[in-house]
Amino acid sequence: MIRFLARRIGFALLVLWVVATAVFLMYFVAPHNVARLIAGRQATAETVALVRHRLGLDLPVPVQYGRFLLRLAHGDLGYSFVNSESIGAIIRRDLPVTASLALGGAVLWLVIGVGAGVLAAKRPRSALDRVTTGLSLFFYSMPTFLLGELFLLFLFFRLYMAGIRFFPPSGYVPLSASVGEWARHLILPWLTIALVTAATYSRLVRGSMLDVLGEDYIKTARSKGLSERRVTYRHALRSALTPALTQFGIDLGTLLGGAIVTEQVFGLPGLGREAVLAITTEDLPLIIGIVILASAFVVVANIVVDMLYAVLDPRVRVES
Amino acid sequence: MTGATVPASLAAPPGGRAGDVLVRIEHVVKHFPVKSSALFRRRAETVHAVDGVTVEIRRGETLGLVGETGCGKSTLARCITRLYELTSGRVIFDGVDVSRFSRAELRPFRRRMQMIFQDPYGSLNPRRRVGSIIGDPFAIHGVAEGEDRKRRVQDLMAVVGLNPEHYNRFPSEFSGGQRQRIGIARAIALRPDLVVCDEPVSALDVSIRAQVLNLLADLQRDLGLTYLFISHDLSVVRHTSDRVAVMYLGKIVEIAPAHDLYQHPRHPYTVALLSAVPVPDPDVADAQQRIILSGDPPSPLDPPTGCRFHPRCPKAQAICAAQDPALVPHLADAPDHRAACHFPVADGEILATAAGAAP
Amino acid sequence: MTVPPVAESVPVRTESGSNPPRAIQGRTPWALVFERLRHDRTAVVSAVVVAVIVLVALGAPLIAQIVGHTPDAQFRETGLSAAGIPVGPSRAFLFGTDDLGRDVFIRVVYGTRISLLAGVVASVLAVMVGVVIGLASGYFGGHTDTALSRLMDVVLSLPYLVFAIALVSVVGPSLGISIAVIAFFSWASVGRVVRGQALSITQKEYVEAARSLGAGDAHIMFIEILPNVLAAVIVYTTLLIPAAITFEATLSFLGLGVVPPTPTWGNMLSESMAYYKVAWWFVVFPGAALLLTTLAFNLLGDSVRDAFDPRHDQTFAAHPDAGA
Repeated sequence: MIRFLARRIGFALLVLWVVATAVFLMYFVAPHNVARLIAGRQATAETVALVRHRLGLDLPVPVQYGRFLLRLAHGDLGYSFVNSESIGAIIRRDLPVTASLALGGAVLWLVIGVGAGVLAAKRPRSALDRVTTGLSLFFYSMPTFLLGELFLLFLFFRLYMAGIRFFPPSGYVPLSASVGEWARHLILPWLTIALVTAATYSRLVRGSMLDVLGEDYIKTARSKGLSERRVTYRHALRSALTPALTQFGIDLGTLLGGAIVTEQVFGLPGLGREAVLAITTEDLPLIIGIVILASAFVVVANIVVDMLYAVLDPRVRVES
Repeated sequence: MTGATVPASLAAPPGGRAGDVLVRIEHVVKHFPVKSSALFRRRAETVHAVDGVTVEIRRGETLGLVGETGCGKSTLARCITRLYELTSGRVIFDGVDVSRFSRAELRPFRRRMQMIFQDPYGSLNPRRRVGSIIGDPFAIHGVAEGEDRKRRVQDLMAVVGLNPEHYNRFPSEFSGGQRQRIGIARAIALRPDLVVCDEPVSALDVSIRAQVLNLLADLQRDLGLTYLFISHDLSVVRHTSDRVAVMYLGKIVEIAPAHDLYQHPRHPYTVALLSAVPVPDPDVADAQQRIILSGDPPSPLDPPTGCRFHPRCPKAQAICAAQDPALVPHLADAPDHRAACHFPVADGEILATAAGAAP
Repeated sequence: MTVPPVAESVPVRTESGSNPPRAIQGRTPWALVFERLRHDRTAVVSAVVVAVIVLVALGAPLIAQIVGHTPDAQFRETGLSAAGIPVGPSRAFLFGTDDLGRDVFIRVVYGTRISLLAGVVASVLAVMVGVVIGLASGYFGGHTDTALSRLMDVVLSLPYLVFAIALVSVVGPSLGISIAVIAFFSWASVGRVVRGQALSITQKEYVEAARSLGAGDAHIMFIEILPNVLAAVIVYTTLLIPAAITFEATLSFLGLGVVPPTPTWGNMLSESMAYYKVAWWFVVFPGAALLLTTLAFNLLGDSVRDAFDPRHDQTFAAHPDAGA
């Protein structure tokens, strides 16, 4: 078990290292004036020179690389000259927004997706199955930003014009300020993320449930006299959920790094929107910081998922 | 007579005289390391698939190789054709030691030794057309292109008894017997010297076997081929082979001209094998003594000491566990009838059953 | 003794010359797949839709000529109201106009070109790279496999959108970069699937037979193994295309892909964000085009996958020729 964990952590570190190196290569080796970029477009010549020296950009590249990695290892993601804040502070401010969005959406898509998949699998080729499959395909094909925009158009605007003023157009209210307002502002974003993602899960779970339900041990369980409900939920679901679990780790990890599109459409000040803004302001350190953070989330999520596997499935622990 | 007269493309005369040694196999050993799956059993285990085999194959003959499943005959075949690396020993083909040749060095020799495989359903790529499969030797060795290649492939198909118009069909459209013919066509395409037949008819219906065996015999005669014929079925080997070698647990225990082996078997294992061959005449069958070997065949992971057969041998004595017998002629036999046994079976000797228990 | 050519399935002409009995045709594996597709209604419909979309993309200049508008032309008089608001669908502007008075219909038509181009090229690129690396990994095994598998795992672990942002902010947005980014993040999943298949196929006897003939590595990988993974590869490609199209649209939406004035559905939807309250057509028509395209490709991809590998929960209509 320890060895297993060690290997997974080793791999995670490898990925992070690759990401950090790739980002470093992109920025510091790419042919443009890095100091100028970091200092920002409005910076004066003196600021640029100051930045250059302060960041050690006059040092040889391998040395810079080493210092870069060292800083990262200490958790220091750098400083944003454009925003005059440390990256850490920016992240601390934005993360709750992204987390609210991601976690809320995750709960919704799990419930909808897994639920729909299981229900469809239990009655293949029924009307319910066909409707679910059709809807899944529909939302699966829908790009997230499009769904968001359509929601804005129809659920916010049209309803608003018709007198239903429930959905807000954009903006974020922190949880600490008001739970109700917090939720109200997040409903449309949650729905946007959840419906599109749930479609994937519903297809995934339906497929693997159908496979599992055809297995011999399920027939044995039924012939032992177990109720259909027990068969489905205690026996079949456990095996069928493994692919969904893997997917969940990837999805949640990715989302925590910035639900970029949804935040953009609904004007939520999270990590994703921050990253997009950083492009227009050419705020390199911020982009670097967010990229590394996002990768870290994905990697950690994968480790957590793997550990869950090891708990659920003893075979995983014993593999040589 | 084959389905068509041998076409010009195949009719190159073979080099060398019949009776020369074509392949000499010297002390070939092939061990497979086994990875232990349990976390703590670190002791490296090896499967002793082939454990010191020395034999010659003479030009123009059919050497039969028989034995139980797992005795190492298929492994030996693959060592000879260099599909496996030898653990030790030498393979000398037509005077050239090919044991350590690299893939590039082996390439010209690949033209001269070919293999026919057991499984007609597995040995042909299901996604390729038959003409393309048979044309592979020409393509790989750069012998013929385009129309010329097609013509030669179709000639081959005719020679083995297939309709040349089925050139573009897939293997799934042929029966088992036809697929074996495809495999045979592929093997003889470049007029090899040696063809190793690894259980070529075992997977076929009995009614088809005779056809395929006859085809092989015709081809041997028409093209001057040398066969190494591997089988677990003694009756098949009897009719096709000039000489027969019997393998047990990685070693050759007896080798003799076919007639001598069947009439005067010397090794107890050979006697047991022969006694198991079904005989059509019920009276003769009743009169035959059936020897039932006791005990499971020992595993090649941990072969017995001395003579490997001693745990199951009705005639085993102390020396058998201690000393591995040499493969030499016994009693009044001719020099090319050799057995590896301390107590060879004489003509007419009755073997007691169930004497051997596992050590 | 002659060995006659073994019996073949050719109909025998009867003496009287009447119609011969129906021949049993051997079906090649590809013919079987094609048959299944032909009889699958959704497959046919989605294939037709895809064909129409392709035709629209190819015929965009022709359509522009017929309608009389080019994608860049700004019709300030007829295309914008007095207050400068885009006008809705009408005889002159089938899909209405955008904020600059341009014809949305023609822009949507031209957007098809970009989406299809990006989708198909990126997918094909990803598949080619994935197949080569997957084959090498599965066939050579050992250290090669370990190294390449690690590589694929790492690539699959990268959060692609964030990474794409970083990359584009360095290099600048363009169609070429979009295609490269999409291909880069897509090849690894293809590679993994191909690797799995290559691993098992390498153990098959016909690969051993090829080796015994003296075949080199290239022959075995591309002539023996590849045709057997082709089915999976084709299915993957058809499913990869809609994902690539969506990815490109997302990049353009964020301003990281194709930038205005060149019309793509993504950047049109981005521009429409400011105008959705006054110009619903500016959202709905590009959106519908995008959705319709991805839907059609996804449906087609699902059908293709089912044609290659019919699942147990599918009922098959009896083949029309059966029992004849």
